[in-house]
Amino acid sequence: MRVIGLAAVFSLVLGAAAASETKLRIGYLEVERPAPPVLSNLDAVPEDLGLAGARLGLSDNATTGRFLGQTYTMSEVLVPEGGDAIAAARALLASSRAIVLDASAEVLTAIADLPEAQGALLFNATAPDAVLRDTDCRANLLHTISSDAMRADALAQFLVQRRWTDVALIKGGHPRDLAFAAALRASAGKFRLKLVGEKTWVFDADMRRNASAEVPLFTQDFRDHDVLLIADEIGDFGRYVVYNTWLPRPVAGSEELVPQAWAPVVEQWGAAQLQSRFEDQAGREMAPEDYAAWAALRALGEAVTRTGSDDVAVLRAYMLSGDFELAGFKGRPLSFRPWNGQLRQPIPIVTDRAVVATAPLEGFFHQGNELDTLGRDAPESACRAFEEH
Amino acid sequence: MLRLTFALALLGAPAAAGEIWVTNEKDDTISVIDTATLEVTRTIPTGERPRGITFSHDYSRVYICASDSDAVQVMDPVSGEILHDLPSGEDPEQFVLHPDNRRLYIANEDDAITTVVDTETRRVIEQIDVGIEPEGMAVSPDGKIVVTTSETTNMAHWIDTESEAIFANTLVDSRPRHAEFVKDGAELWVSAEIGGTVTVFDTATQAEKAKLHFAIKGVHEDRIQPVGFELTPDGKTAFIALGPANHVAVVNAETYEVEEYLLVGRRVWHMAFDGDHSTLFTTNGISGDVTVIDVAKRKPVKTIKVGRFPWGAAYRPTGG
Repeated sequence: MRVIGLAAVFSLVLGAAAASETKLRIGYLEVERPAPPVLSNLDAVPEDLGLAGARLGLSDNATTGRFLGQTYTMSEVLVPEGGDAIAAARALLASSRAIVLDASAEVLTAIADLPEAQGALLFNATAPDAVLRDTDCRANLLHTISSDAMRADALAQFLVQRRWTDVALIKGGHPRDLAFAAALRASAGKFRLKLVGEKTWVFDADMRRNASAEVPLFTQDFRDHDVLLIADEIGDFGRYVVYNTWLPRPVAGSEELVPQAWAPVVEQWGAAQLQSRFEDQAGREMAPEDYAAWAALRALGEAVTRTGSDDVAVLRAYMLSGDFELAGFKGRPLSFRPWNGQLRQPIPIVTDRAVVATAPLEGFFHQGNELDTLGRDAPESACRAFEEH
Repeated sequence: MLRLTFALALLGAPAAAGEIWVTNEKDDTISVIDTATLEVTRTIPTGERPRGITFSHDYSRVYICASDSDAVQVMDPVSGEILHDLPSGEDPEQFVLHPDNRRLYIANEDDAITTVVDTETRRVIEQIDVGIEPEGMAVSPDGKIVVTTSETTNMAHWIDTESEAIFANTLVDSRPRHAEFVKDGAELWVSAEIGGTVTVFDTATQAEKAKLHFAIKGVHEDRIQPVGFELTPDGKTAFIALGPANHVAVVNAETYEVEEYLLVGRRVWHMAFDGDHSTLFTTNGISGDVTVIDVAKRKPVKTIKVGRFPWGAAYRPTGG
């Protein structure tokens, strides 16, 4: 009797799966940018940065899909330096209506504005630029990588909590450094830190030899401060500042104590499992870009699972609704901000060896979601593209 | 001294002597708590990262998931000696012992597999593909169904123990952590940590029957993360650990309404009743302690320091 019952259920399940053949074709487009020169040769940038996370997300989705009769495929396209990113995006959009992008802000908006991209669903997995969440936002472009503002706000909350409220800032000259410095400055204002001084790194000498002689002098004229902030997003000089400052002060920002959307030291909330799955697959540690690309794939997978649809308009509407939540191994459900498409997420504040704190920190309240204390909140957002869609 | 007297009074004189065994995930030990004195009487070394713990039906053996040793360890609970390891598959996190007292169903978290091991022959009977990061394990009282829940796939996988094959998959909310058949197997309950809910399924049809929601004043809903739970033997009251909300919800299991929230230690994980179900012991991961709850009064009565990151809990009668 029971066996018959089981058989009946089994055929029902199979029947349901066959009836709802759901197949999502995803594209992954990487537009190569030149890597800026840096002083140290210690850190190689992995060739598959971002992509390896997307691949893991794809296999995570495939496992779930297997039980529901839902399948996922991913086409990977690499546009080398000097290649035609727009043509590649056009070609990919012809077959995939959901695309994860690893490209600069300018290329992202150019792709999002293509006639072929209207009604498609694009994910920014690598660009932290403020403008993409603000004046240059696009209704078809969601952001799974944290913004500069989210990271800077996370660090500012930590400094406020420790009452290290007087800060000095050294910034590099790369546009990424300037953008992060601007975010740190804005966060200092938002959380009432006092910026006692700001300098631009100017040395063209080889700091691998000269740091102990030059950096004390360079930092000597800062007014007294609790923490020295570094905006060195390309990893050029920051490492030579640590322990060479005139005053014995902790260093934070791009160096030493770093707010990161993901880091190898994150292990709570089941993160150790994601780390080990990633390391098994990619043969290296998981970086923030990998996490963001993984989150884009998983967000798509979660939306397909819950809606049973492979129509990107349905998936987008679900992702931006209050019902969507993604388990992202950071202790809180992740969701998308409906006003600019940014993925809400906790930001761990880490050293090379440990997670020191995870923002939002206790005591930073928000009337809606505490995660919205990090980055551009609805009232201050200049993004209007999401209102009409 | 005052505390001890109170505890003794609470338990009443004739209560069966017993112990609560708690696995300490980051100490590689088990803390053994005497249910009468509410003191830790023994600390026993285990393999790496012990989590799931369960006793054989005659309590002559204790099975321990030593996750990072990739083994299920079999221990003599009297001597505390490891007798042997079972082939468990990689990274065993949770398991259930079948009513036949022989088959152990193990969730292999890193491999998306449920492994079925014969504890007598010490051989793997079957490995069943399930969703990503399987964790919650439950067996129906009649032994016909085993359920594995997978954390990233967000499903309960229903396994027919005759064929050792999945016969149904049901979606639950995000990050399911724990599953139990309750009310003589009529219902399956599954907690979803990130979803913040417990889903109640009708076992006969695998259809969703109810969903439990929680709300605690002063605690953001994102921090209310249901994990382990236990029902009283009459099936009328459920105690549900809410993780970083640092509370245990007391739920009317018939109306599915929350009746009370009890403050316990930080990041409460799992729990076990003592022999007569008059007290409940919860493991509090971050605070590294165990909260003792008076079941009838619904009040926490004592906190017992154990090892680092206590996770699993299981009761053992000592007969005295």
